[in-house]
Amino acid sequence: MTSFSRALGAEFAKLGTTRLWWVLAAVMFGYIALLAGGLSALFAGIESGAISPDAAGTGSQGLAGFGSLPPLIYSFASSVGYVFPVLLGTLATTGEFRHQTLTPTFLANPRRAQVLGAKTIALFVVGAVFGVVALLASVGVGALVINAFDVDPLLADSATWALIGRTVLAMAIWSTIGVGLGVLVHSQVASIVIVLAFTQFVEPLLRFASLFTDVTRGIGNYLPGAASDALVGASFFTLAAPGGTPAALLEWWQGGLVLLAYMLAATVIGYAVSWKRDVT
Amino acid sequence: MPVGAVIEFSNITKTFGNVTAVDNLSFTVEPGRVTGFLGPNGAGKTTTLRMLLGLVAPTSGTATIDGIRYRDLPRPLQTVGAALEAASFHPGRSARNHLAVYAIAAGLPSARIDAVLHTVGLGAHGAQRVGGFSLGMRQRLGLAFTLLGDPGVLVLDEPINGLDPEGIKWIRGFLRTMADEGRTVLVSSHLLSEVQQSVDDVIIIADGALVHRGTLSSLETEAAPRILVDSPDRTALEAALSQAGIEFSTGRTGLFAAAPDPALIGHIAFSAGVELSALHRERKGLEEAFLALVNGHANGNGGESR
Ligand SMILES: Nc1ncnc2c1ncn2[C@@H]1O[C@H](COP(=O)(O)OP(=O)(O)OP(=O)(O)O)[C@@H](O)[C@H]1O
Ligand SMILES: [Mg+2]
Repeated sequence: MTSFSRALGAEFAKLGTTRLWWVLAAVMFGYIALLAGGLSALFAGIESGAISPDAAGTGSQGLAGFGSLPPLIYSFASSVGYVFPVLLGTLATTGEFRHQTLTPTFLANPRRAQVLGAKTIALFVVGAVFGVVALLASVGVGALVINAFDVDPLLADSATWALIGRTVLAMAIWSTIGVGLGVLVHSQVASIVIVLAFTQFVEPLLRFASLFTDVTRGIGNYLPGAASDALVGASFFTLAAPGGTPAALLEWWQGGLVLLAYMLAATVIGYAVSWKRDVT
Repeated sequence: MPVGAVIEFSNITKTFGNVTAVDNLSFTVEPGRVTGFLGPNGAGKTTTLRMLLGLVAPTSGTATIDGIRYRDLPRPLQTVGAALEAASFHPGRSARNHLAVYAIAAGLPSARIDAVLHTVGLGAHGAQRVGGFSLGMRQRLGLAFTLLGDPGVLVLDEPINGLDPEGIKWIRGFLRTMADEGRTVLVSSHLLSEVQQSVDDVIIIADGALVHRGTLSSLETEAAPRILVDSPDRTALEAALSQAGIEFSTGRTGLFAAAPDPALIGHIAFSAGVELSALHRERKGLEEAFLALVNGHANGNGGESR
């Protein structure tokens, strides 16, 4: 075994021997399943006529302006669920500082850059697993409910499967962004506050505000959540633009590159300011 | 059988902001012996050991194992086993899984895990979460980590802290065995009495600087020791000592003779035909010598900074 594969094995063992990953995965599954199930029942009910648009308060045009329902529901996996892989990556990294396990980690492998690289790759893989779990919730539950209202869940559509594949990729990258944030901030409490405040409050506000002028809209596309939605290819946000004009996002691959750039920036800066510092 | 290696500190210095934690320290630690690394709280012991292990970057100077810096060791855990004072465990991991993570990182067979748990007396607690461990059990788990790679060099920071009397007895025997097998054993403590039964050599630091290094007995002789000697005929003993020009004072349990060697006093008494009822080094001598060295340094420094 090469020293890198040993380092990678150790990072997987760290994740596998604590409860963190499956607790987060379970909460994520429940949260997305609830949203995807509830909203697909509402929208599919309207679309199929089972629920009257007036009763739902969405106006008489129904979903005509919203495009296709299934991709919107399926994209909840990442547009709603991305906070979970970020938390996973962040907690897995800040936990090393908090529990002082950096000491035995660096004793067993003093090549610190290699350890951080291995951690990033391990979290990328587990983040992809989170993507699969999130899709089981959004596509699994969503498609069942949509189908129950006799609306086509579009599961035979190749575009749906492209969205599914890109969602897995987005979730994997989000998990590594969590690692980058973790090394950058290294305080567990601070990083949780930052993740929750940014993903649940600051970024949605910024994205919404950026939609009001063309200049800010261009900038807003480079916010991490917007880049993630571009990568995945559908999001509630792209539909909720003021005035009903859907915001034009980046190309999917551009979105992916922007996300990767955030991850690399956080990880490289974090390496310099905390990972390679004294462990006392 | 793993072979010990020489640990060498060479002009090593560490400053944290404007605090000089370690000040131009140089010494070597030999294999086959237990070396006590002593100094009061805040003397810089932990910082020195962390520099040796590549966890803290020295401001200047080097620390090597067999001439190699820790971070350049091809197989670190198989070369050096280290237990540092801080409890470095994820509380949610079991003892076995804690060790498994680092065994994987170091490429060690998983059979080593149960072997070392057994060695430190945690064989029955492998599946238990470390969060529920007592301080003494954590110390033992820290020791199990040091043994994972069966290394020739052991570096232990205050390993006796938190152990019960049985544990202390066990670790003393353990240190001895390790050194007798030819390993290098460096063990820190802020109390000489804690390690004096098990160490061969001592390195004493205060305020980050070296104040003494040598064998344990050199510490004793250097600090103007006293020999306690007594006789059923104390007057005859006093006369014999005076005759031989040995200074002494009279204590409750006998005479305190200012001499480095009990054999000399024994010889004087024998030549004078005085029967002895007691003859040994003053018990408190070592600890007092230690404190004198450490305080002398601290006072000296205090004077300078005025
Ligand atoms: N990370 C740090 N930042 C600032 N100062 C530090 C840091 N680590 C240690 N020090 C300082 O360096 C000095 C030496 O500390 P160190 O922990 O090495 O002492 P020690 O001999 O191990 O003490 P103890 O017996 O209490 O464990 C102390 O003055 C301490 O305050
Ligand atoms: Mg210390």
